[in-house]
Amino acid sequence: MKLRIVNTLTVLTLGLGLAACSTVSLDDSAAGAGSSGSGGASGSGVMDPFNPSSVLSKNRSVYFEFNSYTVSSQYGDLVSTHAQYLTKNPNQKIMIEGNTDASGGTEYNLALGNRRAEAVRRNLTLLGAQDVQIETISFGKEKPKALGDTEADYAENRRADIVYLRP
Amino acid sequence: MQHALNLSILTIAARKTWGFLLALTAFLLFATSAQAQLRVDISGTGAQQFPVAIADFEGDSAGRLIAEVIRADLTRSGQFRLINTTGAQLSANSPLAYAEWRTRGADYVAYGSVTTTGENKYEVRYRLADTINQKELDGVAFNGTDRELRRIAHQIADRIFEKVTGVPGVFATRIAYVLKQSGTYELQIADADGQNPQIALRSREPIISPAWSPDGRKLAYVSFESGKPVVYVHELSTSKRVPVANFKGNNSAPAWSPDGQTLAVVLTRDGLSQIYLINANDGSNLRRLTRSPLIDTEPVFSPDGQSIFFTSDRSGRPQIYQIPVTGGEARRISFNGDYNISPRISPDGRSLLVVTRRAGEFRVAAIDLSSGSETLLTEGPNDQSPSFAPNGRQVLYAAKQGGRNMLAGVSSDGRMRQTLSILNGEIREPTWGPFGDTP
Repeated sequence: MKLRIVNTLTVLTLGLGLAACSTVSLDDSAAGAGSSGSGGASGSGVMDPFNPSSVLSKNRSVYFEFNSYTVSSQYGDLVSTHAQYLTKNPNQKIMIEGNTDASGGTEYNLALGNRRAEAVRRNLTLLGAQDVQIETISFGKEKPKALGDTEADYAENRRADIVYLRP
Repeated sequence: MQHALNLSILTIAARKTWGFLLALTAFLLFATSAQAQLRVDISGTGAQQFPVAIADFEGDSAGRLIAEVIRADLTRSGQFRLINTTGAQLSANSPLAYAEWRTRGADYVAYGSVTTTGENKYEVRYRLADTINQKELDGVAFNGTDRELRRIAHQIADRIFEKVTGVPGVFATRIAYVLKQSGTYELQIADADGQNPQIALRSREPIISPAWSPDGRKLAYVSFESGKPVVYVHELSTSKRVPVANFKGNNSAPAWSPDGQTLAVVLTRDGLSQIYLINANDGSNLRRLTRSPLIDTEPVFSPDGQSIFFTSDRSGRPQIYQIPVTGGEARRISFNGDYNISPRISPDGRSLLVVTRRAGEFRVAAIDLSSGSETLLTEGPNDQSPSFAPNGRQVLYAAKQGGRNMLAGVSSDGRMRQTLSILNGEIREPTWGPFGDTP
């Protein structure tokens, strides 16, 4: 339940970013975001990281087990989809943002979040993306998406997000 | 035996004394006053408690304030037992009835006078007497404005502490910490007793890892204001800020060399977190110190400046290592438990603080570097960011109790603990400043 709310907020944030930064008019972008459930044509098949309906903006988070820094096989499709897009668009740059749960020290968590982001970077480059397209950073435990103290909150925060940068 | 003593609930309002220190930038809001409610709780006592009488100083309210601040300082140290001074009526010129004070149980008596020497100008004269040897141990005069009376009282408490215990006091030093309140982060500087907080920086993005320069004039810290961690050096008197490490990836964990010329920082520009050295004034002369396949972070210089302690998970789990500042082989320092982070070395170089995880709880421990023996100083469950007082006798750390983040202190022998809780915000990343950092 909580996870779903958080994801909705993320999409809203992306939608606002789209409205603010792209040439698509406010009305069009609002309609696109609102109809994403019913309109298959404007849906996840579109390979546009700045279209909130695209699979590239919907599926951009890799979650990690407690104390783990390896990208689980369940994210194979997600990683290869982004790697393919980056390979086809060599000028496109991304930021991979690593995060950790609240347990432990500030600086060590910052390093661990970076290790998670680096793991995603390695997977992308193994599939053809170039190092120069990718910057990894970490927020450690400083910018949690889920604010509670439950295990579900902690799991939500053990995460690396792929963020496409506008040229 | 432990007893909890609720010392005081005080409302503190910082004044505009530091207004000139603080600057306004485009995205960093700034304020000249901070308001917070502070509550102090103390438990435990020192191994030895010296019986001392602090008489109200002559001079009405200012004289009483001076005595109250001295009493609170000495009580908080855990090394003094206050003797009742009711009806003392002493001034700096009073002849002292040594025998009477011995009868009351005081081995030491401090007394004095506060006199007005001009508009908002005060002279504070203080004396300390030893009633056993029937002689004066100390006598000195200070001059200052009303705003400086608290600081003068802390300086007197420092003199009493040193005359009686033989160790310099730290009551006139300052601490830095980050206060998080409803979406804003404030880097604050306060007196060692948590009073008189001043805001050095306010931001909507996280601020972490503040580190005092050895002369107490600058803070290095990590700010996320540009969207990612960048290391700044901030001169407190001018509010001038320099981004000294802003490379690709993360920039974090600044630590000053003892001469103040070099910063150790942690960068991810070459992949995972590694330790680098840069010039402290402008970030120039970048050189890489560690080369490991995994994480190296949280550097801290040894007091002689010749080596650096740091956290690394090169063994699979985070442990503390030591490496010469010129590079080379790292030596493992911590062996107890599978999670030891956040090293801080004592001023004499003999003891290393760490945060250690035991049975899922984070506690502060001290490792004796010559014997390797470990003392757990705190109970957890979530104690972080330990730092030594500049005299090495106390440890400041961040504790989380009942869902609330607070400042906490423990004596280096673990016997005496205290907490300082801000009632309307979370205190994070505390760090104790050096001697001689008077503003």
